[in-house]
Amino acid sequence: MDDSGRFVARHVATLPKSGIRDFFAIVSKMKDAVSLGIGEPDFVTPYHIREAAISCLEKGRTSYTDNRGTQQLRDEISRYVAQYYGPEYNPENEILVTIGVSEALDILLRAVLNPGDKVLYHEPCYVSYAPSVTLCHAVPLPIRTLSSDQFALDPAALRAAWQPGAKVLVLNFPTNPTGGTADRAKLQEIAKFAIEKDLLVVSDEIYSELTFDGDHVSIASLPGMRERTVFLHGFSKAFAMTGFRIGYACGPAAVIDGMLKVHQYGIMCASIISQEAAVEALRNGRDSMLHMRDKYRERRDFIVRRFNELGLPCHLPRGAFYAFPQVSGTGLDSMTFASKLLEQQKVAVVPGTAFGAAGAGFCRASFSTSYERIHEACERIGRFMDTLPKH
Amino acid sequence: MNSVLKLILEGESLDTAQIGKILGMGPEAVERELADLRRQGILLGWRPIINPSYEAERRVRAVIEIKIRPEGVGGFDGLAERISAFEQVESCYLMSGGYDLLVVVTADNLYKVAGFVHERLARIDGVQGTSTHFFLRAYKKDGFIVNDEGLRRDQPSVSP
Repeated sequence: MDDSGRFVARHVATLPKSGIRDFFAIVSKMKDAVSLGIGEPDFVTPYHIREAAISCLEKGRTSYTDNRGTQQLRDEISRYVAQYYGPEYNPENEILVTIGVSEALDILLRAVLNPGDKVLYHEPCYVSYAPSVTLCHAVPLPIRTLSSDQFALDPAALRAAWQPGAKVLVLNFPTNPTGGTADRAKLQEIAKFAIEKDLLVVSDEIYSELTFDGDHVSIASLPGMRERTVFLHGFSKAFAMTGFRIGYACGPAAVIDGMLKVHQYGIMCASIISQEAAVEALRNGRDSMLHMRDKYRERRDFIVRRFNELGLPCHLPRGAFYAFPQVSGTGLDSMTFASKLLEQQKVAVVPGTAFGAAGAGFCRASFSTSYERIHEACERIGRFMDTLPKH
Repeated sequence: MNSVLKLILEGESLDTAQIGKILGMGPEAVERELADLRRQGILLGWRPIINPSYEAERRVRAVIEIKIRPEGVGGFDGLAERISAFEQVESCYLMSGGYDLLVVVTADNLYKVAGFVHERLARIDGVQGTSTHFFLRAYKKDGFIVNDEGLRRDQPSVSP
């Protein structure tokens, strides 16, 4: 009998498992399932980027790098962020290359949180935010975002959710899973509040290139924000490089230095092969990225139109590659909807509750897949809807 | 570019009803667009893309470089059109460089290709010389990597 569970720390033992894992277990055993549950690009990494990784191996460049990342990559990140987001970061002490945004968020929280500190973040959100906070013995403070606001963070809701002891505000625009974005006016109000309450803002902008309507604005570019914002970004989504596991953090030197301590003891450095590929992505990847963005936009228009036709109200996400239809009108909660849909029609969508309580009544459907699959999935969802009693 | 044409060029196999749903138009409208594309000579036809290694067990394919003398009836165009008319000819292009026409032919076996070159091409007045190369193995065809195993094998079907 395995009773090794007694060795597991209390705060880990009580951490809920990701709702996505249960779903994955079922789908992976099912033949002929059409999955709209994939949270990564369906494109293969553009070949010139893969070729840079091959060339790195050919040249025998297989060593550790500087803990912060290679000089070349930090220089390119500095240039890229200044050009497309605004703020200028010093490659010497304000940029850290990480194993994706996931690591960046984890080490950032570990570097800044004391036990009992509180962290504000908007929900529905990426699955790791609340657990990462809990693992730091800190307290997650979710702020509900609403379909009626297109899942943008309402500054009034932020103010209402604030509590004494709140130290960090995590933002993620465009948002996984809702595709919510925040315009300049909203961000200005949020920034004002962050300054008033002396919050450190963590801005996860991993989907920023995949903004379909209007310009993406980074909160780090607003007056007074650079010194209290850590900008997190990576290559997975825009350049279809998920398996390379490469991202970065830009921020004020003292915070980056704190992160560097956690990073150097825990990780050492990101893979040099991925770093060289990342340099190529930043130098020459823009055309491929824009091409992929156009494809996502076309598929978005299709899937959102179909969901609305099928009687699943769905707002038009302005960024990322997820539709977030409301399924509560069917009389089913999101978990039941997703389970029955999978069981009866073999279509996988992710129940909204996997992204926090605020996701109740919704499901996430990725449109990062072919037209053929999206079309087939929608036909099957239509057949599934026909079996449900009308409400 | 016409939206129907743009979509079919992406290479997904979609029928007119599917194309209509994706583009938000009725299947009749899609049929009309396709008919227009044919009428304008833009869309010549539809072909499935078959793995060449499957084809290779049944057919041989060769590329023939042809030097021609353009004087005489019809010039380059006249000769190229005459050669294109043979059913063995899959494609035919006028080229710059060391030869004039590049012709791709398929046949049941090597001897049939040889026969085509000797008995048909070489006899055409105006054909000065040919150079025939057989296809051995395909690595990429019409945008598809032929040996594409391995790709995405480890991708989870649901991920955060």
